[in-house]
Amino acid sequence: MAATDASGPTRLGKALRDAGFAALVAAALSFPILALRAEADMNNTLVLEQRWSWILVAAAAVGSARFFASLLDDWRARAAAVLGAWALLFGAGLAVFSRLLDRDALVWALGAGVLLLAYAWFQETRARPAPAAPAAAAPKTRDALRLFAIAATAAVIAYPIVLLFWLGPQGSLKWINNYGVQILIYVMLGWGLNIVVGLAGLLDLGYVAFFALGAYAYALLSTTFGLSFWLCLPLAGVLAAFAGVLLGFPVLRLRGDYLALVTLAFGEIINIVLTNWVDVTNGEAGVSSIPRITFFGLPFTAADDGFAATFGLGFSPIHRTIFLFYLVLALALLTCFITVRLRRLPLGRAWEALREDDIACRSLGLNTTNIKLTAFALGAMFGGFAGAFFAVRQGFVNPNSFTFMESATILAIVVLGGMGSQTGVALAAVAMIGGTEILRELDFLKRLFGEDFDPNQYRMLIFGLAMVTMMIWKPRGLVSNRQPSIFLKERRAVSGGLVKEGHG
Amino acid sequence: MSAAPLLSLDGVEARYGSIAALKGVDVRVDAGEIVALIGANGAGKSTLMMTIFGEPRASRGRIVFDGRDVTNMQAHEIARLGIAQSPEGRRIFPRMSVWENLRMGAALGDPSAFDQDCERMFAIFPRLKERLHQRGGTLSGGEQQMLAIARALMTRPRLLLLDEPSLGLAPLVVKLIFEVIRDLNRQHGLTVFLVEQNAYHALQLAHRGYVLVNGAVTMSGPGRDLLARPEIRAAYLEGGH
Repeated sequence: MAATDASGPTRLGKALRDAGFAALVAAALSFPILALRAEADMNNTLVLEQRWSWILVAAAAVGSARFFASLLDDWRARAAAVLGAWALLFGAGLAVFSRLLDRDALVWALGAGVLLLAYAWFQETRARPAPAAPAAAAPKTRDALRLFAIAATAAVIAYPIVLLFWLGPQGSLKWINNYGVQILIYVMLGWGLNIVVGLAGLLDLGYVAFFALGAYAYALLSTTFGLSFWLCLPLAGVLAAFAGVLLGFPVLRLRGDYLALVTLAFGEIINIVLTNWVDVTNGEAGVSSIPRITFFGLPFTAADDGFAATFGLGFSPIHRTIFLFYLVLALALLTCFITVRLRRLPLGRAWEALREDDIACRSLGLNTTNIKLTAFALGAMFGGFAGAFFAVRQGFVNPNSFTFMESATILAIVVLGGMGSQTGVALAAVAMIGGTEILRELDFLKRLFGEDFDPNQYRMLIFGLAMVTMMIWKPRGLVSNRQPSIFLKERRAVSGGLVKEGHG
Repeated sequence: MSAAPLLSLDGVEARYGSIAALKGVDVRVDAGEIVALIGANGAGKSTLMMTIFGEPRASRGRIVFDGRDVTNMQAHEIARLGIAQSPEGRRIFPRMSVWENLRMGAALGDPSAFDQDCERMFAIFPRLKERLHQRGGTLSGGEQQMLAIARALMTRPRLLLLDEPSLGLAPLVVKLIFEVIRDLNRQHGLTVFLVEQNAYHALQLAHRGYVLVNGAVTMSGPGRDLLARPEIRAAYLEGGH
């Protein structure tokens, strides 16, 4: 970092200029959002509450972050310095405004700030070795990834059992349901969408439509005709796949932005139909009292012919949850298995070739129409499976569960995970859905920010920040290595960062 | 001359919206020939290549390959009849390895012939064997062109269409590529129809040549005859080699 030392003064000046500018922009941008707050007073007339200090805080936070980002080279140093500066600001804010006379918080904030800044200084000034060649590291990364995937699968299989012994049936219910089943549904949806978006490269903004179709297929077939879940599951998949082909046909000629728009519209159409076709779907009120899951015919009830009684166990609602957990795990693994196998078959390779360059595909004699349709159909089928599972888990469906937000979340999982990477998508689902659930747990923040502070409301803000951060540091997603699907002696992969995107 | 041509275009017109890119083009490619089509930027060379594959579709005229009218066929159907293309800008699959690219070329063929065909490609382009596991996008321009040709050859075509194989390549690499095309033609009897801006190399290589100006063929004849014509020299070789 000799260059840094030589150009020290100019660099400091530049950092200060950058910081000042960023702070100005932040202040200007935050002015309409933060500075004025319209509120109804006692007489129910509108008064404007002025909150100029908020702008000051925003400008200081952004300015300090920009200052260190400009000043420092090492990313660890930058991150630590920014966090440290924020901690110091927070401490200063506590001291000045003394809204909370919480001496512990003050000590913690100042201490953390100083420590982080010290770490940043240490990181920045430390001599660093030249970065290793990325190509050489790639095979290692791949093996590590494979090991990780196996270990993670084993851990997920063991997860409910471990929790059950550790926390007991009562305590583990929430953890298995909210953190297990909920995440696995999204893992499965992510893997399903990954076929369409990640492998075939067809941007689908309406994936939730297939999820909805699967859910309503089970809900309506079971409540109207009394069909069992195990019969409805494949039916829901087939129905969704059929819808996928229906969607596929009109959009075959479209690419990129245009395709995305049509799929977005498709998702909305399905949602609107579900809302307005009251005779069939019961509209906003939804379909309720959907038959719950049974253990291959044995209901999870306290009755004598129930699951618990048959196996001589004491009745507990945890049995059903655990069964649901393993069911969705099996469905998700099935999705993953089929996708991984298909990638090594001509069809899967054709998907990837289509993503890379569809003109080249056609000139090689590949029927791109069929390739697109199979991708749509297969992706939709897994969405349908997940939907049927969703319906049997909830026991109730209505159109509000299938809004564009859901499509966006699933797409975000695929993009954050690294398009086409199974492990990456699973990791992203855990981070995003698990992260949402964790936000519900952060009650202690209420002590700091007041009773009406609800961390869950900041979910979208955090998603957005995560998205922007990822696009800066890992634009190809968490796992950006693409493994070749055929190989001679050993597999090799080149880091995705070295290769530019396909055109077409 | 007496036998039916392998590929013939009769009065082919193609348009992009209201703009006519090809205005009644007649081209004939006989089996075993190398035919070059030269012309300036925007003359319609690449459009002609694409029109053979039906994109854009010929709005008038007929395209016949091996006695079959392919004018209204889908691109992938045309490819299956035995026409392979190394498209303009090479269009290899950048994130797939060299081997996977070759595999895509053989997607329609007999899978058991794949290894054998691969070995043939490595004999022609030893560089590809060295780069087998590298991603297409990390290859140099010349290697990408080799890969594009090899990928097209993996379909075991009877007619190879090459759209500007020399585009953006160093002179030495251009020479190598053209030698390979000549060898393929001489040793394997492959019929080649290539579109080039590099008129000198293309006409030296080709048995016959066509000159395309503003969407119409203005001159045709044996490659060396065309090279000798003063108007060709003036228009396409001025200041060149």
